[in-house]
Amino acid sequence: MARDLMDIRAETDELTTDKMWVIMGPQHPFSHGLWTLKVELDGELVTDAEPIVGYLHRGWEKECENRSYAKIVPMADRLCYAASMTYSHLYCMTVEKALGLEVPEKAQYIRVVADEICRISSHLMWLAAVGTDLGNLTVFLWCMREREYWMDLFVRLCGARMTTNYPRIGGVRNDITELFDRDVDRCVQHFEKALWDIIALIDDSSIFLSRMKGTGILTREQCVNLGITGPAMRGNGVDFDIRRDDPYEVYDKIDFEVPVLNDGDSYSRYMVRVEELFQSCKIITRAMQKIRAIGKNAPYRYKAPTNVPAGTAMCRLEDPRGESLMYLVADGSGKPYRLKVRSPIFTNVSASKPLVVGSRIADVPVIMAMIDMCLGETDR
Amino acid sequence: MAYSSILDWISFSDIMSNPWYPFAGDYNLPFDISYKLWEIIGGGLAWLINLILPGNPVSTWLISDGVCVGGGLIIFMIVIFLVVFIGTLLSLWEERKVLGRVMDRRGTMIGMKGFLQCVADGVKTFMKENTIPKKVDMMTYMWTVSLVVGVSVLIACMIPLSDRWFVVNYDTGLLIIMAFFALAPFFILVSGWAQNNKYSLIGGMRAAELMISYEVPMLIMIGTASLLAGTLNIGDIVAAQRDIWYIIPMFIGFITFLFCATAEAERVPFDIAEAEAELVEGWQTEYAGMKWGLIMLADYFRGYVSCAMVTILFLGGWNIPFVSDSVNNFLPEIVFLLKTWFVFFLMIMIRGALARVRTDQIVNIGWKVFMPLSVINFVIVLLLKVGGIY
Amino acid sequence: MDTNAVYQKPTDEEIKTLLNEKFEGKVNVTKIETRRVYATVPRELIHQVCEYIHDNLTFEHISTVIGVDMIDNLRVVYHIDNYFNGCVIELTVDIPNDDPHVASISDIWVGGNWHERETYELFGIIFDGHPHLARLLTPDTYEFYPFRKSYKLRGQE
Repeated sequence: MARDLMDIRAETDELTTDKMWVIMGPQHPFSHGLWTLKVELDGELVTDAEPIVGYLHRGWEKECENRSYAKIVPMADRLCYAASMTYSHLYCMTVEKALGLEVPEKAQYIRVVADEICRISSHLMWLAAVGTDLGNLTVFLWCMREREYWMDLFVRLCGARMTTNYPRIGGVRNDITELFDRDVDRCVQHFEKALWDIIALIDDSSIFLSRMKGTGILTREQCVNLGITGPAMRGNGVDFDIRRDDPYEVYDKIDFEVPVLNDGDSYSRYMVRVEELFQSCKIITRAMQKIRAIGKNAPYRYKAPTNVPAGTAMCRLEDPRGESLMYLVADGSGKPYRLKVRSPIFTNVSASKPLVVGSRIADVPVIMAMIDMCLGETDR
Repeated sequence: MAYSSILDWISFSDIMSNPWYPFAGDYNLPFDISYKLWEIIGGGLAWLINLILPGNPVSTWLISDGVCVGGGLIIFMIVIFLVVFIGTLLSLWEERKVLGRVMDRRGTMIGMKGFLQCVADGVKTFMKENTIPKKVDMMTYMWTVSLVVGVSVLIACMIPLSDRWFVVNYDTGLLIIMAFFALAPFFILVSGWAQNNKYSLIGGMRAAELMISYEVPMLIMIGTASLLAGTLNIGDIVAAQRDIWYIIPMFIGFITFLFCATAEAERVPFDIAEAEAELVEGWQTEYAGMKWGLIMLADYFRGYVSCAMVTILFLGGWNIPFVSDSVNNFLPEIVFLLKTWFVFFLMIMIRGALARVRTDQIVNIGWKVFMPLSVINFVIVLLLKVGGIY
Repeated sequence: MDTNAVYQKPTDEEIKTLLNEKFEGKVNVTKIETRRVYATVPRELIHQVCEYIHDNLTFEHISTVIGVDMIDNLRVVYHIDNYFNGCVIELTVDIPNDDPHVASISDIWVGGNWHERETYELFGIIFDGHPHLARLLTPDTYEFYPFRKSYKLRGQE
């Protein structure tokens, strides 16, 4: 007797599919660092996720309690080795606040320029990672090529490419050099043209767009409540940037815009960061004009005492990845009593589960790439 | 005892008059070369044996007609395989250099402008340790990889390079090549399950998903091309393009077939089975050393076959238009290989510029974009045929 | 001022007045700077204070939950942000050494979840009501709390 359609359907309704846990990491091409994302898969659909971090925990904060304040500046660089200038800058700002020390205006402008160069190079590294996660290596190599120019600028400024050890408590390590002064405008002009090539490769291709649009969607309330900060938050419609709304250094004297998009998917997070690249170029140009106007003989560093009086200080800063914060408890000696670092990625990664659940496994690298992981600062 | 010189034993006879000639009236160049090689080798051996034992039957047997054809066939296999192998290595080298320049770097530079680097990579891969995880299903694990590699090499060797360079001259040659081509995703699916690894399993499933997206439009276009030529014989299809290449009436088909061929060869943007960012190596995760080296090579064999298919169906095979017959018949093999490498160049540019497509998007593209385009192509060809132009 | 109304952009002075009025002086606002309010909160009231700050003063984002070992007692410091006017409230809670429990605020702000886990594993402060208080950065087999002053690093003896 032939089986008709109803018999076959009854049989297949009894078949169950199993969900399986796939462990993506710690050694995985998409993770860009040492962490694990366990996902529970039902076919290709993700039903549960659990991030596991801590492979790189070095006890940074405890180590700081054993060192004098000046020695911690290069240590702060190693917190996020890809965007190191912002962390040492943040540390110096916190100690200066605890000391009540004014930083000379020229040093503030130089710190702003260095921060923005750091932001550009960190965003270029992020864009390179986005390319590889989507399967395109051309974007990766072109971004790295552009990043080389900015690394060269850092070499002109302070001699090091990555972990720069440039800010000091009370100012910066040295004045801007002649070569830096000559090259920074050329670099900005070249970059503003070259970035269009890279963006054209991504924006004009419907494959890239279809991979990025509609994935990893969160509502504004979810995003804020989960503690996501930085460009990922601004891609969700939250109009907040520490540089503009809670200004530190001389950001209140420089005119720039903060890009905010409302869609809340990976594409808007991507567009926010790309816009930020252009805005950083503007900030650098305007800040350099002011530095040249201040003149060559202005002070760039005030002497700081080695002992910090007892008390607490808290400072926060707009890291390329979000809001980073340092909290210092000082006890009057030459070493900090407690120094706490808040890393933006620590909280962004804890929100992996709501971001990833409901999408396909092929979307997981794209969504996590928009968070821009850097493990050094997550684990400390 | 008369001393017989070696020249008595080596004589280059006419292969076409040999009663055992296997190719039934068509002149076959590589067979000619191998036949002559066997005559040299067999004649030399026969002369040697004759020196020791004059007048023995083995020597005469070694240069008899049947044995010459048999020995010639063995050398013929080696010659065909070597030519295809070098051709594939050259396309691998082309990919590394062209992709390098797309990415603003130079590609491989060591050894004859980088060609020997590919050979060195192959040697290195073959010498690596062959690690096999403990709980794989050994039989399917071993057999599927051999079958994938074997089938890829088989179809690569079956592509004729010209009227006189072929292995078999089937009347249904095109169909057989496409049938063998489509076998590989089955083996990939089984292989992904056999490796006892979740990444491989997902990779294998995706290969099956990939296959159901592009096979039907591809076969429709092959049917269309053979409709235009009136035959499925590869030699006849190419001969029908003597004056005007099929890319002109079937331009839409060319574009669609190019992308279907990229999907068939599992290259970016359609390389989801091997997607590196999500599944570490997809279905190849647990293969190490020589097996992985052979899989990589099979990938490039399949790329070569895809490009050869495009050349045969749309770019006129080994024909150059608007030239006289004598120029056309001068070195058709080189013309064919150059066209194949040009199509591969197009595929490399596609790889450099595009990202990887997601699985559900591939199925969408296959059925909602490729299928209607191939049907439109078919209708155009039908109108041309009915209108009497072809 | 009206302690039950919802303020989207309260100024620092307004925050000080509201906190004093709502919690009848138990919350001690120690210092005010531009966009910064520093307050000490007794241990029992921390959850209510956080609820008030979240619901009525629309402080939507918790930056950190920090643990400090003051040797005589343990201390937890919270930094809470407002996205509409950039203000930060710093709440300090002192906890006795022999009873290191404090209410968890991860039901108000989910973003504080991992911060509380980290403070627990490094200091041993137990957050009551936390959904999954387990070790995060250090290996699961550790039985001591590394950031307490009783755990000496080499060179600190």
